Amino acid sequence: MFAVVGTVPEADFPLLCGPAALSGGKLLLENRLVAINRGTPALLASAGKACEFLGSPYPTAYLAGDTGRGEGSRKIYARLEKNLGKSRYTSITFHYLQPDVDWHNRVLFALDNAVHRPVLIADAGFMYAAKMSGQAESYDLFTPDIGELAFLADPAAPHPFYTRGFIFHEPERAQELIEAAYAHHNAAKYLLVKGRKDIVASKSGILAAIEEPVVDSLEAIGGTGDIITGLAAVFTGHGKDPAEASRQAAAISRIAGELAAPDPGTQVGEIIEQIPAALSRFFARQDAGHT
Amino acid sequence: MGLLAFIRKNRPAAAACGGKHRGILVFENTSEVIRSETLLKAAGFAVRVMGPPPEIRTGCDLVIEFPLVSELEITRTLESEAIFPLQVAAVSDGLLEPVSIFFTKDYGSYLMVQAANMKITVEKKSLRVVNISGGGCPDVPYLAAQMVGLCLDQTPQPRSIGHTLCGYALQLAWEEVKRQCSR
Repeated sequence: MFAVVGTVPEADFPLLCGPAALSGGKLLLENRLVAINRGTPALLASAGKACEFLGSPYPTAYLAGDTGRGEGSRKIYARLEKNLGKSRYTSITFHYLQPDVDWHNRVLFALDNAVHRPVLIADAGFMYAAKMSGQAESYDLFTPDIGELAFLADPAAPHPFYTRGFIFHEPERAQELIEAAYAHHNAAKYLLVKGRKDIVASKSGILAAIEEPVVDSLEAIGGTGDIITGLAAVFTGHGKDPAEASRQAAAISRIAGELAAPDPGTQVGEIIEQIPAALSRFFARQDAGHT
Repeated sequence: MGLLAFIRKNRPAAAACGGKHRGILVFENTSEVIRSETLLKAAGFAVRVMGPPPEIRTGCDLVIEFPLVSELEITRTLESEAIFPLQVAAVSDGLLEPVSIFFTKDYGSYLMVQAANMKITVEKKSLRVVNISGGGCPDVPYLAAQMVGLCLDQTPQPRSIGHTLCGYALQLAWEEVKRQCSR
């Protein structure tokens, strides 16, 4: 059983915790339907599609409404601080949460004292807080895009908004940025750098680069990174090591993107719908020895 | 316009904020920073939004840099709108420059503009916002929900409904894509 923690862009959405199922193109959590257009609901929907394909239970979601003021995030942080010590999740993925170093540290402390240590994945705002806290190395996987990688590589930057010098992310500098992120102790054990070329890396260097298929429009579509992180959450939740989970997540997400035949106006839900077909194609190729 | 207001409006920001005589206004949250910046710029003060010095960073911060000589006037202006900075301090160095350049990608029928970690994509013909991507703060999905599907001149300004640095970056991208589409 794995968990995903994040927010819903509705101010009055209450704190909910439970299995996040799919129903009629929406997310269903404790009798509430949530649109999956973007953010954590898109991540959960991607994970849900994969779980349905694999015949496994849906992820457990911790969700609260937050429109950027941090109220919902703080409710979630408080719940996690109280409950995580007793949890037995195989992996936990932290996503769109208000970056708050103090709350981040309280959650991590609860995990340090937990009876079972899950695989820890941080993306989006929680990854920003993890880096700022100086405890990035406590995590198993960060999933930055190339701009966020530049932020991890810059020891002085408190947010990607301030990343110095490499703001437009020349992808050819990825290796240099990865090395800098590890040198400054600002990276998790593994990095999945999302971009035109997806890169899986560790302190020892680049482990895998996933470059095919190339779908140019995906960069413009909000939520495509959430698909990759959602798939990585599923695979680590099922016991794969983070490096292999990342490689598979990147490859499958690219196939789903290609199957959706998107243009820059395509919405992420159309790509999420292609995940079962992408999984099918990926595993068929794998069985044939082509991945 | 009064003489003082005229002088303030025409004072170059770099000159007013440069040198040693600078101060910062620290606020409880980014929403207050964005509101204060709007208010102070409208009143003609030469202020800039910057990253805070290391000792006051908590992870998602902005401060307003201002010419120290205007401290009294600025705090009075803010107080008149019930905005009370947590701290007013002099600074000599250590402020981080926010992004000031943009990356543009032309997809033919669509135009994408990126500022820092935020991207906005519009359909050129209709000027409709079709996608918003990037960012990690929780107002990003909210901003996208409020803006996607609307024409550029109908969307709310990100600064008016956003609360975080990601929201602020989206404001910059939105202004730039509007500028490019109006050429």
